[in-house]
Amino acid sequence: MRETKSTCPYCGVGCGVIIESDGAQITGVRGDPDHPANFGRLCTKGSTLHLTASAPVTRQTRLLQPMQRLVRGEAPMAVSWDTAMDNAAGKFAQVIQDHGPDSVGFYISGQLLTEDYYVFNKLAKGLVGTNNVDTNSRLCMSSAVAGYKQTLGADAPPACYDDLKHAECLFIVGSNTAWAHPILFRRIEDAKAANPALRIVVADPRRTDTVEIADLFLPIQPGTDVMLFNGMLHLMLREGWTDAAYIAAHTNGFDALAATVRECTPDKVAQVCGIATDDLLAAARLFATSPTTLSLYCQGLNQSSSGTAKNAALINLHLATGQISKPGAGPFSLTGQPNAMGGREVGGLANLLSAHRDLANPAHRAEVAALWGVPSVPEKPGKTAVEMFQAAADGEIRALWIACTNPAQSMPDQATVRRALERAEFVVVQEAFATTATCAFADLLLPATTWGEKDGSVTNSERRISRVRPAIAAPGETRHDWSIATDFARRLEERLGRTGTLFPYESAESVWNEHRETTRGRDLDITGLSYAMLDDLGPQQWPLKEGDATGRARLYEDGVFPTPDGRARFADTPYTPVAEAREARYPFSLNTGRLRDQWHGMSRTGTAPRLFGHVAEPMVQMNPQDMARRQIGEGDLVHLTSRRGSIMLPARASTEIGLAQAFVAMHWGEEYLSGCSSTGTRLAGINAVTTPAYCPTSKQPELKHTAVKILKAELPWSLLTMAWLPPDEVLAVHRALQPLMAMFPFATCVPFSGNTRDAAGGERSGLLFRAAAHDTPADALLEQIEALLGLQSADTLRYADRRRGQRRSVRLVRRADQSAGLEAFLLAGDTSAEAWIATLLREELPAQSYGRLLLSPGSRAPLAVQSRGKPVCTCFNVTDLAIRTELGRCGGAPDERLAALQGALKCGTNCGSCIPELKRMIRMAPAEVIPEGA
Amino acid sequence: MKKKLKLVMVGNGMAGVRTLEELLKIAPDLYDITVFGAEPHPNYNRIMLSPVLAGEQTIDEIVLNSWAWYSDNRITLHAGKKVVEVDRIKRIVRAEDGTEAAYDRLLMCTGSTPFMLPVPGNNLKGVIAYRDIADTDCMIETARTHKNAVVIGGGLLGLEAANGLMLRGMNVTVVHVMPWLMERQLDDVAGKLLQKSLEDRGLTFLMGAQTQDMVGGEDGRVKSIRFKDGTEVAADLVVMAVGIRPNVELAEKMRLHCNRGIVVTDTLQTVTDARIYSVGECAAHRGIAYGLVAPLFEQAKVAANHLAQFGIDRYLGSLTSTKLKVTGIDLFSAGEFMGGEGTEEIVMSDPFGGVYRKLVLKDDKLVGACLYGDTGDGSWYFKLLREGLSVHEIRDRLMFGEPDAGLQKEG
Repeated sequence: MRETKSTCPYCGVGCGVIIESDGAQITGVRGDPDHPANFGRLCTKGSTLHLTASAPVTRQTRLLQPMQRLVRGEAPMAVSWDTAMDNAAGKFAQVIQDHGPDSVGFYISGQLLTEDYYVFNKLAKGLVGTNNVDTNSRLCMSSAVAGYKQTLGADAPPACYDDLKHAECLFIVGSNTAWAHPILFRRIEDAKAANPALRIVVADPRRTDTVEIADLFLPIQPGTDVMLFNGMLHLMLREGWTDAAYIAAHTNGFDALAATVRECTPDKVAQVCGIATDDLLAAARLFATSPTTLSLYCQGLNQSSSGTAKNAALINLHLATGQISKPGAGPFSLTGQPNAMGGREVGGLANLLSAHRDLANPAHRAEVAALWGVPSVPEKPGKTAVEMFQAAADGEIRALWIACTNPAQSMPDQATVRRALERAEFVVVQEAFATTATCAFADLLLPATTWGEKDGSVTNSERRISRVRPAIAAPGETRHDWSIATDFARRLEERLGRTGTLFPYESAESVWNEHRETTRGRDLDITGLSYAMLDDLGPQQWPLKEGDATGRARLYEDGVFPTPDGRARFADTPYTPVAEAREARYPFSLNTGRLRDQWHGMSRTGTAPRLFGHVAEPMVQMNPQDMARRQIGEGDLVHLTSRRGSIMLPARASTEIGLAQAFVAMHWGEEYLSGCSSTGTRLAGINAVTTPAYCPTSKQPELKHTAVKILKAELPWSLLTMAWLPPDEVLAVHRALQPLMAMFPFATCVPFSGNTRDAAGGERSGLLFRAAAHDTPADALLEQIEALLGLQSADTLRYADRRRGQRRSVRLVRRADQSAGLEAFLLAGDTSAEAWIATLLREELPAQSYGRLLLSPGSRAPLAVQSRGKPVCTCFNVTDLAIRTELGRCGGAPDERLAALQGALKCGTNCGSCIPELKRMIRMAPAEVIPEGA
Repeated sequence: MKKKLKLVMVGNGMAGVRTLEELLKIAPDLYDITVFGAEPHPNYNRIMLSPVLAGEQTIDEIVLNSWAWYSDNRITLHAGKKVVEVDRIKRIVRAEDGTEAAYDRLLMCTGSTPFMLPVPGNNLKGVIAYRDIADTDCMIETARTHKNAVVIGGGLLGLEAANGLMLRGMNVTVVHVMPWLMERQLDDVAGKLLQKSLEDRGLTFLMGAQTQDMVGGEDGRVKSIRFKDGTEVAADLVVMAVGIRPNVELAEKMRLHCNRGIVVTDTLQTVTDARIYSVGECAAHRGIAYGLVAPLFEQAKVAANHLAQFGIDRYLGSLTSTKLKVTGIDLFSAGEFMGGEGTEEIVMSDPFGGVYRKLVLKDDKLVGACLYGDTGDGSWYFKLLREGLSVHEIRDRLMFGEPDAGLQKEG
């Protein structure tokens, strides 16, 4: 067995992983004990990475050869790399010559490696001569970038993970760290354990698992963060908690801000944010008067029409109280993606240039042009994500190159995005997975390598550069993203009549070395760093100047900031409400965000059925009172409608959600949640409704707030079918089912995995397909679905009452122990039997005694079914039922009960991602609870 | 005391004797009763001939009314005496051997005769029908001495015969001209399920095969059967079970109006002569001559009531249901199980448990049922069928048997 040190491809914590492989196949993964981000720990997603890189997954989901789609909407055909690249270069050259460089756009990704990023950026700005290169980091970190630059002068998080150890107060706002950055949250838990005096304040519209660790929780109204921060500053001024000396010595512009926050009286703030004035005061006190205050924030601040202001207003607090540039203090932006930072470093955004240089700055443009050996780089700012697709939809951008991201799932206002993809003359999609929604729009599909195969580097939230190393060879004809871009660039150079190449790269390292040179003298100077050093000494933080032995853990410790006068700038941040306020016709605030066990568009996590154990199906969470008021029952289908679109999905009551608010996970794209609108168009998942309104400064769209209405949907006919499938079929069948989703007004299709797990950690997997319709669909359609799920075999039990639209099919198989198990079932018309039959299948309970009663209708099981419950701990597959039962037995203080749980059931003793949930269950469940039945 | 009336019954079969039983129950002393029977046996349960053939029961076990029963009820029984003539003017019945009996009321229960295919060789030795004890004995005998049997007709009777012969060690081929077995009682799905399970038991089937003729050997016994497609199958015994014809030979001689049987009214009196009653397979009521036992018993009840001069109750025809008496195979059918204009079907199949069910509804009423593999709820469905009440309320549970009763049964 070979072991390869690399980095986790998911969130911005940037954990080190050790990939175990047999040379040809990745066989396992574990945390890298030496990596300073995680010291050997991994979360549920990281510890299942090997499951997403198995041979069956690769076979079923990967794009393994270049494909060309001659007629849109039809299946693409395989072509050689040479043909593919010539076509691409030819088409781009022609568009550029006919319509100018700004008629093409490159939409890339925060999941690319720094090297990939660098080449794409140089390709667009250096060769093509357009700044139309933007990335999905625009949906993720651009407000943080703008916030830092506006106040501290450079896009650099001044703090580091180690500060958690030194903090006396943690201010977590707009971040569900427990789910989105689990390993960092483990470190927060450690810090709290090591220092019980540590006070944690959490501000969030939702009562997330992160709140479990909070001493003070501020359930603010969506989008009112600026008002909260200004209100805190107001009180700090009133109470004299600001650090006048620091303000005088190291900052500018405080007076204007002070004038602005004067208006933000506690009463007004309490009224706008929907919190108690006492809590506001408590928060201000803790923030200002704690010896050290570290704030952690993420999309709650970034994905907002006032994202830059939110970031700046928070940084204002740190500057005003001097809570910055010392161990345990500072504004610490948590990065969403594994390499959004790297992208920012190479300037891979429409308004940036290499090494944190500014496009608007002529001197910077000249420097970059000189570095690249080109006469000039374009001056006109490029189109940012939302603008780019708007421009394509308007016919302004004619050729799109999309790499390593899935805009047809992740961009807001899908109607526009799809219009763009359809209108564009030429769409290139460079992808590792053939399964993304965007692939369906591509004229040319270019197979890229991915985690476990790639070679390069990434930078995590704390400015730490780690190597990404290949454990196995690139499968099929896949190529590294940087080399695809390089090949394309060279062919394009010929066609644009350029002699000599700007892209002389032979390896990732050669690209990186050029990037390193661009950082010389910049705030992120890494001229002292090399691949060799990363290999010998492990991950390093920037800056690391030539001659330096190590990088710098914290920035601005000398109080000097990278601004012309060396002083930080207070940003004057008046409060502006969300772009789309709730009103009578759209009375709900829709929030979107991450699930614990899923990642972005799920092109990778979606291949590991085990990761659907925590949250199995798409749903909209609402406050129980709102549901009751609207007579919406648990699991009822609702229309979720905004000004831009409407989707349908089941409603679930959740006390995490405030009144007049709703939450849907960002992950559910049309690959999992779809259907057909009344006008016959396919529904595009959650982002069909979200708003493209963006922050004027950062251009980051407000994915965190959309005004929606929620109406109960009346679809009398429903369908539920579940089936176990062999591992080398389940994902292929999922793809085969996807087109059928559009045959119903509502449809979801998700994998699931067995509650039982064999010694090897392998588990059975299957698919769940749920749909609803106004009336009974044709038998042919149902037979098509049955065929895909093995329900057309001769030994299928059947019940059919055509007239009533009732159809039930069940397939049993004899097991080794002679018991009969449910292999697959389909319920059509009345699906209330789901209540018991789904459990029978999912938990592989013996079913022989049921015989054909398996076909009987109604939610009451013909024979009692005892469910094992829903998995909470994914690592050891411990269910909520088991936990509640165990909690019934063990009394005592919360910590003792947690220990008892961990001792008895092992839950939360591996990756720990479920510990917050365990804590909540402990709080909710007094001793001697009655475990609920199936 | 008043002189008794004379009741003479022609035919000593199940329908007739049941009529006497009903009569004796309600009017024990009204009649002097005389019975003529062609077979030299007391009344036996013809239905149970199959178990006898299958070796599961003996003749004695299937006798319904022993010799003693007749004497105990002071019934004069002329067993083995075939009635050949009836004088309706003098009201006298005469048998082959000249035995005579006068009557005030006459009960015609001549039953039916099996239909023999009009093909060359149908009179050969070893070519028989399946009707009575004699036929049964003949089959049992042949099974001892010969190997190959062919049964023509994949209906109720034919399959029972085939099953019996197989159990007695013969290799049996069933020849059926229709696409599936028991087409009058089963739909195609159930018919094919039945064929499958009979094949598993060792029967061979030739579906859609049309018999051309039977070839005899020099010993005068049949040795094979030939079909229109030219194929030939060895046969030492050919059993014809292609249907029955009401036995109206005598009735016609008596100038009673016959049309597919002796035409009777709702009181089971012949339309020609009110003194003469007729029940059983020979009687044609509203154009139907029933071949199943249940309706005959219903007729018997009504006929007896009128013979007893109570004049209550009329026979309005029967809904029939079928069960096959082949051990280990349960099937049941009733009503319009084939569906048709304006009907809706609810179907359930369970290959795992070898069960198939089809229920046919019309205007929310159950009008037909066809069950295979588990006929547990047959009687319940039959009840719903007869009552003709709306099943709208229980439609979704209908298939799963009597509410709740069903669940326990299955558990």
